[in-house]
Amino acid sequence: MTIRIHIDRKIYPAQACAPARVLFENLSVELEDGEVCAIVGPSGVGKSSLLQMVAGLDRDFAGSIEGGAQPLGYLFQSPRLLPWRTVRQNLELVMPEHPGRAKDWIAQVGLAGSEDVYPQRLSIGMARRVALARALAVEPKLLLLDEPFASLDEETSKGMHDLVAVHLKKLRPTTLLVTHHWHEAAALARRVITLDGSPARIVDDQPVRQARAAE
Amino acid sequence: MRAADVRSGGWQGIASVLLFLALWQIVSGAAESRLFPGPLTVMQSMASEARDGALPYHLGVTLARVGVSFVIALVAGAALGIALGRFRWIDRWFHPWLVIFLNVPALVVIILTYIWLGLVETALLVAVALNKIPNVAVTLREGARALDKDYTEVAQVYRLGAVKTLREIIVPQLAPYLLAAARNGLALIWKIVLVVELLGRSNGVGFQLQSYFQLFDVPRVLAYAAAFVCCVLLIELLVFSPFERRVGQWRR
Repeated sequence: MTIRIHIDRKIYPAQACAPARVLFENLSVELEDGEVCAIVGPSGVGKSSLLQMVAGLDRDFAGSIEGGAQPLGYLFQSPRLLPWRTVRQNLELVMPEHPGRAKDWIAQVGLAGSEDVYPQRLSIGMARRVALARALAVEPKLLLLDEPFASLDEETSKGMHDLVAVHLKKLRPTTLLVTHHWHEAAALARRVITLDGSPARIVDDQPVRQARAAE
Repeated sequence: MRAADVRSGGWQGIASVLLFLALWQIVSGAAESRLFPGPLTVMQSMASEARDGALPYHLGVTLARVGVSFVIALVAGAALGIALGRFRWIDRWFHPWLVIFLNVPALVVIILTYIWLGLVETALLVAVALNKIPNVAVTLREGARALDKDYTEVAQVYRLGAVKTLREIIVPQLAPYLLAAARNGLALIWKIVLVVELLGRSNGVGFQLQSYFQLFDVPRVLAYAAAFVCCVLLIELLVFSPFERRVGQWRR
């Protein structure tokens, strides 16, 4: 299903001493079914906010998001695993009709044996892998990945990267990947959108090969 | 290491209680006054009251009242507290009411409910609940304010639905606050129930305490108090502690 994002205006309200700020104005993006699109840009430009809006978690804006496909898988910047549920229970929660598959997913992200561990015992890399398994276990039509490889060591980052690549190929969800890093975007996505400025606007939108050449 | 700590902690607790009883016996023996009986005399009175059925009957009546008031206060207080914590406009409107009710003396509430509703069971339950609901509401309001939006968003993204969100996301976060409110609630409610019984009921531990107070029968006053404290300790041991262990399992 094609996803059409059009934001007329999104304002961040004033907070403490910080004045109100227009985050987006007349921003339009269209994603083809199964397309993997990376969004890059400097910190604070609004990449994560855009994902929140696409997920329907932030509806406080003028504009529309059409074709927000379900099921939705969302890998947040922090893993957001429920600390009072074990790894297995965290997965079972989102796939109640196939609880038996939780164990398979845990094995697929390389954490076999950690099924009955509480998330606070996991390292950030492990927790993020569980969160990725949770996002993929719902067999998403739309997958949102917010900085999936941030603050991971090189080896863990590579492992996560391979994992994402394999499952993107297998499940073929329409995917929005937010990242700071060009090489991550180029390795996983077919299209890269660069946001910049305030209000944020699209300064570049092209298939990966051209984008890489332009770099 | 931890198991050993717990075991030694358990022994220390028992030893501490035994030491307290021994000291009490020694001091009461030295005092040689019928107004300051030792633990053995109190236990004899307790056994005698238990034999003729008075102790179990009055204890049962009071425990039933405590139970019903406790449930009313906890459910109503929790609902009110969560509403205050989640909706700022409700909090702005009703915070002053809460402060007023928190500071109205328990005795005034008891007297007024007896005057308005009569010396009936309903008046007792209303008086106890009114005294406790504001405390529960304040505790749960803090809990509701501390709810982490991140987890609610997870529930939204994965479409958990209202019941699952409540059971899996909201209640686990509120559990420590519910436990604190329940513990404080029980401690406060049984004390208020005794006062309410003393003022206007013809049965229950509060009524018995008043009767034996008029007779200056201190061993029996202490026998009823001790029996009730034992019941509350049992509730702590069999209900609150296991619940606390269960909800805090993931923190260990």
